[in-house]
Amino acid sequence: MRSSLTSSNRAGWAFALPGITLIFAFIILPFFLAFGFSLTNQRLISPNATRYVGLENYRDLLGLAVVTLDAKRDAGGAIERDAEGRPEFPRVRSVTRNPDYPQYRGMREWFRWTGGDKAHVVIASDVVFMKALFNTCLFVLIVAPLQAGFALGLALLINQRLRGITIFRAIYFMPVVVSIVVVSLLWRFIYDGHDGLLNNMLAALSWGHFRPVDWLGNPDTALGSIIAMSIWQAVGFHMVIWLAGLQTISPTLYEAAAIEGASKWQTFRYVTWPGLRHAAVLVLIVITMQAFALFTQIDVMTKGGPLDSTQSLVFQAVQRGYGLQDIAGGSTISVILFVIVLTISLLQRWLTRER
Amino acid sequence: MAAIQSDTHRLRLIVRYLVLILIAVIFIFPLLFMVMSSLKSDHQLLADTSSLRAFLPVGDLSLKNYAGAFERAPVGLFVFNSVFVTGTTVLLSLLVCSMAGFSFVFLHWRGRNVVLSLILATLIVPFETIAIPLLLEVSKLPWIGLNGLEWGWLDSYRVQIIPWIADGLTIFLFVQYFKGLPGELIEAARVEGASWFQIYLRVVMPLSGPVIATAAILKFLVMYNQYLWPLIVVQQETYRPVMVGLQYFFQLSPAWGEIMAYLTLITVPVLAFYLVLQRAFIASIASTGVKG
Repeated sequence: MRSSLTSSNRAGWAFALPGITLIFAFIILPFFLAFGFSLTNQRLISPNATRYVGLENYRDLLGLAVVTLDAKRDAGGAIERDAEGRPEFPRVRSVTRNPDYPQYRGMREWFRWTGGDKAHVVIASDVVFMKALFNTCLFVLIVAPLQAGFALGLALLINQRLRGITIFRAIYFMPVVVSIVVVSLLWRFIYDGHDGLLNNMLAALSWGHFRPVDWLGNPDTALGSIIAMSIWQAVGFHMVIWLAGLQTISPTLYEAAAIEGASKWQTFRYVTWPGLRHAAVLVLIVITMQAFALFTQIDVMTKGGPLDSTQSLVFQAVQRGYGLQDIAGGSTISVILFVIVLTISLLQRWLTRER
Repeated sequence: MAAIQSDTHRLRLIVRYLVLILIAVIFIFPLLFMVMSSLKSDHQLLADTSSLRAFLPVGDLSLKNYAGAFERAPVGLFVFNSVFVTGTTVLLSLLVCSMAGFSFVFLHWRGRNVVLSLILATLIVPFETIAIPLLLEVSKLPWIGLNGLEWGWLDSYRVQIIPWIADGLTIFLFVQYFKGLPGELIEAARVEGASWFQIYLRVVMPLSGPVIATAAILKFLVMYNQYLWPLIVVQQETYRPVMVGLQYFFQLSPAWGEIMAYLTLITVPVLAFYLVLQRAFIASIASTGVKG
């Protein structure tokens, strides 16, 4: 007995060792390295020795403050106004370059709102990072419910007993198999401001009343366009997960519901939906993780522009870590991203826990 | 009465199919546009975008764009690189991950539960959050090759293959599947004096067709579609895979016909593969969902 146990111990390690080593070396180690590098000034290639800098990288990224500016007043105490009658405010530089406020040094304006003779200006140490953080969160907040909802709709549609339904299932899933790089390039063509398919299609549908939009070139529509395309590409993936969930629901439950005379909505609410709890948790967590990793679409379609309206966290991490060879800066963004993803998936798990 | 009922039934059926077809069109039109445009001259391609001709094989069709794409970029090399990296990684991954799964399920060594939980915990670490530190790590790793000892893995095949061999999901899929196999089979083989390796090779693997297909398909999709990783670790064209090779077409004035030809070339084989094996593809995605 003992000899069989020890041989099993040795064989066990031998079988598992290649996998364990690789996962340790290429997933777990870099994960901890990210934390380590974020506390230094590590560069990809540098003649100087790497130094420990504490939380400086985090301060440089996350520094945020609101300053209130009072409208300029002339000698008589009246508010100075511009040609359109709006009060004029001193420049933000008067604060960020003021030796009296060393804590605001180097910060720049992100956005502001004015009320009466006061302007509240949000200043940030790293405005591009803040925009990337904001855009990424917005992307997730819009994509997660829409994609999950559309995917569920498609799954219900595909779950019908109809002749040829597998053909439709195969077609809806098709974009998942196509590389997101290819998809992004194709959609650049669709969104083009001059000869884009979308503009031409909308023009035809409105008998020429629609005025062409440069979908990716306009800060107001760029992120929305990328969101629509991302949903189009990945919705089939989540449809399949929902479908797997639907097929675990016992047909006898539906028969019982039919006998009880339940309406379609009641059947969905009391039979289908409770049976999908498991799939729902998974779909939400997977979409959230995928959406936070937003990179390829940005890199292929907009490079973060126009006016930083499509910056994303991963795009920024790559721009700094690879483009500028600032491994420490890129790692710091990676750590922040990971903390956000972890917090949200724990929160989702807690909110959807079995009660 | 019966006639009316069958009429409304038929009407409902038609509406259902119309909805299904309309949605199918939404999913197909960009791909159809890609294939059709690859056969048209740049001039015609742009002119056709204003009508349904964009989706039809009409006008002066030729394979000139394909010839042009091969002239503009080393397309054959890019395809070879992708196929080589993908094929090697898939095979090694199946071997390494199935062995690990075998060990976790059938071999009762001390500490295996802790190690397995650690591996499963890596599932919540998106690759994008470790790409940058991993870039620095691989730039410093040693390698013994034909030229003796060298430092740094950048610009190579190994940097595109080795970090992708083992992953938590693949090991998890094997563990789940192996748990469902009858334990008596292994015990019987053990009693007959088979070694663990023989049991793995002769008993367990021959029974594992479905999970091997699933793991292979998922790995194939990840590897063939790689973009971020090769973008940052491969500078030399010699090692560049297809998705990064696309950059070539934007360096000078972009020739849209050639771009569409290249996109068609790198996408259609995968789509064909998918359409043939579509049940297996869909089942493999669905099986990532039976987590518990």
